[in-house]
Amino acid sequence: MKFTEEHEWLRIEDDLVVVGITEHASAQLGDIVFVELPDEGQTVSKDDEAAVIESVKAASDILAPIDGEIVEVNQVIIDEPSKVNEDPLGVGWFFKIKPDDLSQMDDYMDERSYNKLIA
Amino acid sequence: MTDEHLRTPLYDLHLKQGAKMVPFAGYEMPVQYPMGVMKEHLHTRQKAGLFDVSHMGQVVLRGKSYQQVAVELEALIPMDVINLNEGRQRYGFLTNEDGGIRDDIMFANRGDHIFLVVNAACVEADLAYLREKISPKINVKHLKNRSLLALQGPMAERVLAEHYPAICNMKFMDVETIPLASAECWVSRSGYTGEDGFEISVPETVAVGLAKALIAHKDVELIGLGARDSLRLEAGLCLYGHDIDVNTSPIEASLNWAIQNRRKDQGGFPGEDQILYDLANGPSQKRVGLQPIGRAPMREGSKLFQTEDSVEEIGMITSGGFGPTVGAPVSMGYVSSEFAQPGTTIFGEVRGKRLPVKTAELPFTGPNFKR
Repeated sequence: MKFTEEHEWLRIEDDLVVVGITEHASAQLGDIVFVELPDEGQTVSKDDEAAVIESVKAASDILAPIDGEIVEVNQVIIDEPSKVNEDPLGVGWFFKIKPDDLSQMDDYMDERSYNKLIA
Repeated sequence: MTDEHLRTPLYDLHLKQGAKMVPFAGYEMPVQYPMGVMKEHLHTRQKAGLFDVSHMGQVVLRGKSYQQVAVELEALIPMDVINLNEGRQRYGFLTNEDGGIRDDIMFANRGDHIFLVVNAACVEADLAYLREKISPKINVKHLKNRSLLALQGPMAERVLAEHYPAICNMKFMDVETIPLASAECWVSRSGYTGEDGFEISVPETVAVGLAKALIAHKDVELIGLGARDSLRLEAGLCLYGHDIDVNTSPIEASLNWAIQNRRKDQGGFPGEDQILYDLANGPSQKRVGLQPIGRAPMREGSKLFQTEDSVEEIGMITSGGFGPTVGAPVSMGYVSSEFAQPGTTIFGEVRGKRLPVKTAELPFTGPNFKR
């Protein structure tokens, strides 16, 4: 699993990359009340605003961490945004990308580096 | 966070309770505690929440008599101050010559003087204005040595009665001097959450002791500014600088109820031409509740339109977010009066998309006052 400075995580699952937000991000945002996800089939470039999450306090953008095509979004968190707070690394994933270039993941941190960042 | 920000006497207590501090109106204030905004909000509506509102300005106007001061204050606000009974408080606002709102305030008849609570961001401007406009015979004193705590929620009465049983005799907007934490506290049965509750002006030397005594009760939690904002929004209450300001008349802001009939009949306050004109003819725009039909919150700054593709803006959202008690997004804002009828569907722009939103009666919840 890899981590971005924007507090997103990326996990390889078969030939896809699953993206979500970290526990740290979900704790900082507080109670999440709304999630807007990209359309399935949409092409995204690294750092595009791909999704929006809103907590009671504020709205935040979720950036596409790599180039590719959105092939699946998580309907569960649209219906129940609080799932992102409950299980951000599991049930609360955001979307799956079919990557153009998997080596883009190499730029991101491993868990140890990420934990240092947020320490 | 720099040293430029002031701290209230409760600062260390906030940190000890795990608060996340943010700069607000020149102070470092708790925006939330570990419980989180959602639970803090719901706890206040179900039990009782304690808010540190010591950043707000506490001002005493003192002259020969209450009546003398009341006459002077009436020249600056469109409220009936003269006929306010001793031991009673009212909501009001300082108006400007254009009929806009300089600040919204609480004022109380404390027998021989008037006690004001004003917005933190407006304190210095209000003091300068009051000193300029009010007769030099009247002393305008900013009380910097008192803190302000608000205990809000359905359990507030029971909690405070454990310290002073006669508190139960107070009704909404009553004010009394009451000994709490072995000090002289000025207590009003009021607040800004839409719930029953009390605001307690307490000498700063005993403020921490009083706060600790109150949160020692199992039903009381400290509540931050985040939940304070969602509570007042659900209660349909204006946040100065957002929902009202120098450019909004109180009639546009749907605050007609706060202007007593004698003042509507007689005038004699800054901006009376505009305010009385708006009262007689109806304002061109009005503050209304706005309930998004979907699940996306519509926040401050979202523009409002008649249809999904109409060009002309018909209004703007001035406060918005998620209402934990309503369980859905809630907003308020201004719309052209022709769209102000509750139940009218219009469109709000969120991230470039127009989403349907219905005008709604305010408040969204309550109020649960003890009249």
